[in-house]
Amino acid sequence: MANASEFITRTRGKKSLHITDYLTYAYLTLGTLVMFGPVLWLVLSSFKSSGEVVKFPPRLLPYQQEMVVVEGYDDPLPMYSATLEDGTVRDLAQIRRIGLESQLIDPANPEEVIKVNIENREPIESVEFNLNNYREGIQSFDFARYLWNSVVVTVLATALTLLVNSMAAFGLSKYKFAGRDAIFVIMISTLMVPISVILVPIFLVITNVGWNNTLIGIIVPGAATPTGVFLLRQYMLTIPDELLDSARIDGASEWRIYLQIILPLARPALAVLMIFSIMWRWNDFLWPKIVLSQSEFFTLQVGLQTFQSELNIQWHLILAMTVLTLLPITLVFGFLQKYITTGIATTGLK
Amino acid sequence: MTTTSSRILSRIYEIVVNILDFVFGGLQRLVGANNMAYVFVLPNLLIFGIFILLPVILNFFYAFTGGTEFFLTERPYVGGQNFSQLFDCESFLDPNSCREDLFWRAVFNTAGYVFFQVIIMVGVSLFTAIILNRKIVARGFFRSVFFYPVLLSPIVVALIWKWILQENGLFNGILDGMGYDKIQFLTNVTWARFWVVMISVWAYMGFYTLILLAGLQAIPSSLYEAAQIDGATKWDAFRNITMPLLRPTMLVVVILSLIRAVQVFDLIFAFTRGGPGTATLTLVQYIYEIGFASPARRFGIASSASIVMAGVLVIATLMQLYLNREED
Repeated sequence: MANASEFITRTRGKKSLHITDYLTYAYLTLGTLVMFGPVLWLVLSSFKSSGEVVKFPPRLLPYQQEMVVVEGYDDPLPMYSATLEDGTVRDLAQIRRIGLESQLIDPANPEEVIKVNIENREPIESVEFNLNNYREGIQSFDFARYLWNSVVVTVLATALTLLVNSMAAFGLSKYKFAGRDAIFVIMISTLMVPISVILVPIFLVITNVGWNNTLIGIIVPGAATPTGVFLLRQYMLTIPDELLDSARIDGASEWRIYLQIILPLARPALAVLMIFSIMWRWNDFLWPKIVLSQSEFFTLQVGLQTFQSELNIQWHLILAMTVLTLLPITLVFGFLQKYITTGIATTGLK
Repeated sequence: MTTTSSRILSRIYEIVVNILDFVFGGLQRLVGANNMAYVFVLPNLLIFGIFILLPVILNFFYAFTGGTEFFLTERPYVGGQNFSQLFDCESFLDPNSCREDLFWRAVFNTAGYVFFQVIIMVGVSLFTAIILNRKIVARGFFRSVFFYPVLLSPIVVALIWKWILQENGLFNGILDGMGYDKIQFLTNVTWARFWVVMISVWAYMGFYTLILLAGLQAIPSSLYEAAQIDGATKWDAFRNITMPLLRPTMLVVVILSLIRAVQVFDLIFAFTRGGPGTATLTLVQYIYEIGFASPARRFGIASSASIVMAGVLVIATLMQLYLNREED
């Protein structure tokens, strides 16, 4: 045993682990549990049958009662482990239940009916991941349409954001023109004005433009993010002006300079903004909620929220749909987590 | 195969660039090279002007007009009446004595939420960042672990926790297993407020941890080595090196978490819908309900309330920036 513990706690360089190291790893383990546990619990629960979901106390894994097909009966029969009057325990299938009495048969010998008090029988269950919630949920919750809307909004909005923000950042960082500093200051000062503060007038503007209940009404307004302009401008300031001047001498137009010099060089900053934009748009709720009132245009977040407030009791469907909603962003995170975390750490924004 | 397709792609890109170059080259000859800056800034400026700047201005028009009409031309000018109605209280400490009692409930709820959330958030994030800054294996993995919930949408976070905290949920199951009675986590006022703060910390702490960790890693390790040679304890080093050098980062974290806490909406809306009763009704939800969800849409009151909120945000930010400058 001593050797084993010595083996586990052996470290490179240092003599052995200090007590604070144990506490550190204890904290990290606890943290992992607290951070992933709830999501894991959600995923496990989503595979439970609608009856199992409401059972109290809840069990960790999804169980399903075993069913057996017996000749002479149309539907599969549920299996029970019954304690008979003589004390023997047998695995039997229930054909019907009358009051407190359960009528059971042996699947091997379906002729003989055994009557047992319901207190003396326990369902036979096995762990089974049930996909019914997903099937049923996709039918009653228009998942495909909401997913499509969310994807359209996220992709188009991110493309538009990258284009207009990078153009503006280029103009603001590489030219001297009247009003430049004023424009920059006004943009930056609205960094502090959250969308939630201007709900009413923004709804008026959308209505006047005629963009109520359109996806474009969600896509365009948020595209001119002051955050994005600021981030890209700061990055473009580090690109040397001499590069642009020599391109000009070679006869390149300003537009070509933007496309073929500035954009490729600003790629790291663009990547960070792209990740943010995807995150903002995919998870956005308040804005689409204001603009959209017809369910055919709902994004996943609005759809999910409406779904859960309509079907407050039908947890089994809500659970499955929540899992489907968090799945895409989890996959993206799995692949890009390194870029995302370093990107945020270096720019300090979300 | 891939080389041909990538060659085709780059050829297409080149053609697009050339077409755009032709169009914008003509434009450039027309306006001059330096004025092309306006062309670059224009699209962003248009969207920004129409959908951010204009609404900010229009908000004031709403705040100073009354009635339930939506279009500004149909709304009568009422001066500061909306504001005086919001502040019409016998005692500012008692929402029941106010004419707009819901507004004041929302103000107090939000203030309490902001206070506890910011303190716990900054504390937990700082502690976690310090832990992650130690020499540990798989730092990248653990950093991602704490960051993962940040990516989840507020709606999903709310549903996950609602499922855990509901009457027959996991926590009550554990309590039951230990022989205790069930607790009504979501319908008891104190518990609901407690969990609203806790799930916010759960959802966003990874973000602030990342920023603080970056701040910690920017502190040169030579400082700690020098302190060690001079015989300083770890606590001395923390107090006299880490804390002062981390101040700017801490300020960013405090301001960001404060601003975002004041604006909280979707997470709590999907979690408790402001309930039980109005125990977790926040300012933004109040604005949303008054302006959009209630049958009589009182846009003037909603706009006035949002101006009050924006004012608080700006003052809080400026105050913290000022305090920080004082001490430098």
